[in-house]
Amino acid sequence: MATTLAPVLSDHWDADRSWTLATYEDHGGYRGLRRALGMPAADVVTAVKDSGLRGRGGAGFPTGMKWGFLPAPDGGPRYLVVNADESEPGTCKDIPLMMASPQHLIEGVIITSFAIGCHHAFIYVRGEVVHVYRRLLRAVEEAYAAGYLGKNILGSGYDLEVTVHAGAGAYICGEETALLDSLEGLRGQPRLKPPFPAVAGLYARPTVVNNVESIASVPGILVGGADWFKQMGTERSTGHGLFSLSGHVTRPGQYEAPLGITLRELLEMAGGIREGHELKFWTPGGSSTPLFTAEHLDVPLDYESVGAAGSMLGTRALQIFDETTSVVRAVTRWTEFYKHESCGKCTPCREGTFWLAQILQRLERGQGTTEDIDLLLDLCDNILGRAFCALGDGATSPVTSAIQYFREEFEAGTHTPADVLFPPERSSLFDYTPRRSPAALAGVHA
Amino acid sequence: MTITSDRSTAGAPADRSTSTPLVPAAPVPAPAEPTATVTFSIDGIETTVPKGTLVIRAAEELGIQIPRFCDHPLLAPAGACRQCLVEVWAPGRDGSLAKMPKPQASCTLEAGPGMQVKTQHSSPEADKAQHGVMEMLLINHPLDCPVCDKGGECPLQNQAMSNGRATSRFVDVKRTFPKPISISTQILLDRERCILCQRCTRFSEEIAGDVFIDLQKRGAQQQIGTFDTQVLGFAGETPAGAAAEDLSGRPFASYFSGNVVQICPVGALTSAAYRFRARPFDLVSTASISEHDSNGSAIRIDHRRGVVLRRLAGEDPTVNEEWISDKDRFAFRWQSAPDRIETPLVRHRNEDGTRGELVPASWVEAFGAAAAGLRAAIDAGTGVGVLPGGRLTLEDAYAYGKLARVALRTNDVDGRARPHSDEEAAFLGHRVAGRTLEVTFADLDRAPLVLLVGLEPEEEGGVLFLRLRKAATQHRTRVVAVAPFASRGLARVAGTLLAAAPGTEAEVLDGIVADASDEALAAAGAALGEPGAVILVGERLAGVPGALSAVLRLAERSGARLAWVPRRAGERGGLEAGLLPSLLPGGRPVADAAARVDLAAVWGVDHLPDAPGRSTAAIVAGARDGSLGALVVGGVDPGDLPDPALARDALEKVGFVVSLEVRESDVTRRADVVLPVAPPVEKPGTFVTWEGRPRPFGQALVSHALPDHRVLDGLAAAMGVDLGLHSLADVHAELDQLGGWDGERVAAPDVAGDEPPQVPPGHAVLATWHLQLDAGRLQDGEPFLAGTAKRPVARVSAATAAQAGVADGAPLAVSTDAGTITLPALVTDMPDLVVWLPTNSPGSAVRDTLHADGGALVRIAAGTADPAQDEEV
Repeated sequence: MATTLAPVLSDHWDADRSWTLATYEDHGGYRGLRRALGMPAADVVTAVKDSGLRGRGGAGFPTGMKWGFLPAPDGGPRYLVVNADESEPGTCKDIPLMMASPQHLIEGVIITSFAIGCHHAFIYVRGEVVHVYRRLLRAVEEAYAAGYLGKNILGSGYDLEVTVHAGAGAYICGEETALLDSLEGLRGQPRLKPPFPAVAGLYARPTVVNNVESIASVPGILVGGADWFKQMGTERSTGHGLFSLSGHVTRPGQYEAPLGITLRELLEMAGGIREGHELKFWTPGGSSTPLFTAEHLDVPLDYESVGAAGSMLGTRALQIFDETTSVVRAVTRWTEFYKHESCGKCTPCREGTFWLAQILQRLERGQGTTEDIDLLLDLCDNILGRAFCALGDGATSPVTSAIQYFREEFEAGTHTPADVLFPPERSSLFDYTPRRSPAALAGVHA
Repeated sequence: MTITSDRSTAGAPADRSTSTPLVPAAPVPAPAEPTATVTFSIDGIETTVPKGTLVIRAAEELGIQIPRFCDHPLLAPAGACRQCLVEVWAPGRDGSLAKMPKPQASCTLEAGPGMQVKTQHSSPEADKAQHGVMEMLLINHPLDCPVCDKGGECPLQNQAMSNGRATSRFVDVKRTFPKPISISTQILLDRERCILCQRCTRFSEEIAGDVFIDLQKRGAQQQIGTFDTQVLGFAGETPAGAAAEDLSGRPFASYFSGNVVQICPVGALTSAAYRFRARPFDLVSTASISEHDSNGSAIRIDHRRGVVLRRLAGEDPTVNEEWISDKDRFAFRWQSAPDRIETPLVRHRNEDGTRGELVPASWVEAFGAAAAGLRAAIDAGTGVGVLPGGRLTLEDAYAYGKLARVALRTNDVDGRARPHSDEEAAFLGHRVAGRTLEVTFADLDRAPLVLLVGLEPEEEGGVLFLRLRKAATQHRTRVVAVAPFASRGLARVAGTLLAAAPGTEAEVLDGIVADASDEALAAAGAALGEPGAVILVGERLAGVPGALSAVLRLAERSGARLAWVPRRAGERGGLEAGLLPSLLPGGRPVADAAARVDLAAVWGVDHLPDAPGRSTAAIVAGARDGSLGALVVGGVDPGDLPDPALARDALEKVGFVVSLEVRESDVTRRADVVLPVAPPVEKPGTFVTWEGRPRPFGQALVSHALPDHRVLDGLAAAMGVDLGLHSLADVHAELDQLGGWDGERVAAPDVAGDEPPQVPPGHAVLATWHLQLDAGRLQDGEPFLAGTAKRPVARVSAATAAQAGVADGAPLAVSTDAGTITLPALVTDMPDLVVWLPTNSPGSAVRDTLHADGGALVRIAAGTADPAQDEEV
């Protein structure tokens, strides 16, 4: 049986002014909160644990279990911090969600805060998306006005303040401890763990850091129940998730489906690869996850199956590339991103990405040396698992996986520029004249 | 060359087993028994360490060296450089060993029970990881070792050799930066050499608390940078020279910045004073003790062919840990200044008896002339006064005391070349002398509260400030200061101010009781009663009548422990050696016949003079009015004395002056015989710290210069007296034979405080203390260091500034009948009708210019702008 879409978070994105509180309430919004407030907080945690909801930010850590790591209340504050610093190349699920239906997130924040005993929650939004920031601010304002936030929420006696904070534009601030440092007004660099945020997080107090989509999934679990949630997805990867298709696909966009759906099924819904072309490679979860190729079309997109196939489900950012794309050029662009975004704290990531980018740029210009491919692999080996946080690890994934599947293209980089092998204009959906560097025009070693 | 007598083996142990030395060494602290231990293995060697020990530390204990850069034992772990990666196998829940998937940074990993750690010696994975990190560290490093100050002693260079690849595979373009950034006049930063280990930023944040550099930008462009002068505002303490802005927006003025140069594992941070001056492998290092303050910081003197090129912090966990102040580090050229006196000098008398020219003389001639002049004064019945100053070693101080009492037959000897009082002499004799190591640096860590009275630890204490800050930040010691205003130093130890106008300290101290109506006083009173609380008293409290009596009352009332913290390195040693008119060595009172008999026996004389001696002020007055016939002066700067004009006049008028000096001074110009003595770098000796801890040091440079004790021995010999202090071993033998004193002590002072003065309009009460970096003679010849000194300002409250008609930053004239000091006003939260001036900074020589000191009434008024000062800006 073919898997079908399962719109929960995206259910009313097509409604008129879907982002308003009124629209949200018209579509059943805030029922989950009412139900949660009538329950003991511990039961809310149990419900989420029972649902099997796993972190939608990429790592897939069980959400309920994370909440359970908080130490017993000691009378001091504890915090919920929502990680809305979506910055991974290809990932575009939280930002559309917050644009189209911010109240989903806010309801989830209230329920989660109630469950973990938090009275001040923070939403850390990526700084570049000012339009989303404004929309969130308005949504929080609406929620305050309607009595969903503030003192004595819905007469329950429970109080919650929500602060929406805009970052200053750093990929590293999506790493949870760097995010906390940034939120505290410090330089955004990952913290030493332990202590983990559950023990000493924001302002050294117990803190839960969750992804936007994880939190937004909570109201549905309260309304539908854990069993409803578990009906979707696989045994160990339950529920629905937003799959973001981008690139050489006929109808790119967000497809909300049960976990375990395959790219083949998703491509059918999306109208397939663009006309006249065929799939070359794709990322299952953003640029930090190792590449897949056409042979992985039927890998179920759940945490376990993708892992078993040698990649990671990540943020379900499915970037689709057809045969016109130079894998060397794509990997070079990603590596330049990591080089630019490396926070600089640890040596392997700071220096390694700097070096990787230069080698790849050489290969892209067709000026690589015969040692470069082995050097790339050895460098990746020296970065992977040696860096302070996962940024460095992620930077190696596209390089090693691309060499694994397309080694001959890298070998071609020792004599032919990538834009000669794969003219960029063929990859585009519209006519344009690509910019070429003088070195690239020369074609060979200058 | 090192000349010291080893005191542990000198002499026959049998006949010394019952005596304790005059200043006993601190007992070696027993290592604390860990409450819980962890047993695990490194490279197959099983080891047991206290719980919480980092793997890298445990490996050091086993002699296994894991390469590292960001790791520093005194800084919080960072895990940034990733050089110390090791393979780790840890037992899981079921007890079976499993390899951790990633190599772990051993500088952040706590040892766990049953863990198996494999370093580069036994794990190919760890070895490859370390080689990989090293290769990456070097891709953006300029490899300019041949011109780098650090080359030859560089952890990056060394570990690249031991744990790196022979050749780099990097053929691409390096990241570069313009060279170098001047963070201050002293500290320079070459960013391209930096490996971003963050030791310097962590030091300034965690240890010194004066954040002035931080990480900026990110990725390979990440760099240590200074704060943007355009963005940050400015207020407060400005260094004299050009400097970068610190975190608070103030131009960076740190007294501890030199430490970042020493802990930098590459050559990124260098000092202007040493940059490009020497190669480490040409240097000879001698361990020593700093002569700049009473902390006795361990230092390392690096010299080449008889020239000191730099000084580094020595390691002593009980005293300075691994840090020293910039004065300890950079101020050493005074010892080899061009005005060093090389030979004895004897002044010819003109025919009319007036003083003629000083001419070089042989030691024999100089000793003869000095002995004759002194003997003449003694024979004339006017006697000799001795002013040995406060910078002597214990051995030298002892020789001055013995010379005075045995050869000159007088108690007119006083080492206090600063404001002093009889109350202070009684306080020191009663509570301080002979009671060593009653309060130590370690006690500050354990103290629930440290009360500072008349003491500004950062300005007057150096490393004491760092230890106090460590106690406050790591051990939750509370700091309370009785002072006119809360300095930045007090703020950085999170201290509380008990505001006291100068002269009212005694009143405030008497108000510190647990049931005081004032909340701050009551809190301090209650906390002082807790076990381990400490009161630290500064030397300038001597200038406040009744204050030291009040301190004794407070200590008695609360049970708090008490320590006296002088500024100079020789003050405590002088006190122990008996350089007070009322005190003999070891706290023996002059007035106590038993003490005199005890000492006379050791010294082999029939009896000691029993007439109480005169204090420094009285000696100066006596020399001026002719009641003293001669003076023996040991490196005293008249400008430090309570009334410099009076002192200079006395030196002119007194019949005969013998001066023992390193460099020419105001005294030289008036002396009849000048006997050159060795600076600390050219002699061995012992400084005694404010704790009462003996700090012996060796001789760093080969020298013909003689230490004071040997010169005094020769002088006495010329007078026909055998002091028996010819060699250091002689002095030590005698100090050990002498031992301490358990008899009666000097009676406690009980002086009533003065009524606070009525302040007439246009007047204010003067508050003053020395800044750490100022116009002191021991900082001569160090322009780079001088640039990091705080620019002198006159602090007044807003109301007082308004009364005087002076705006913040405008010139304020502070004057007495003697003179005027004009400095920019700095409006400070402090009591009204008080004005603070730095005691001896450029443009603010308080005693010299005003002939006044703390507590005096001075006139204040709007001053006229000094064009010279504006030019400096």
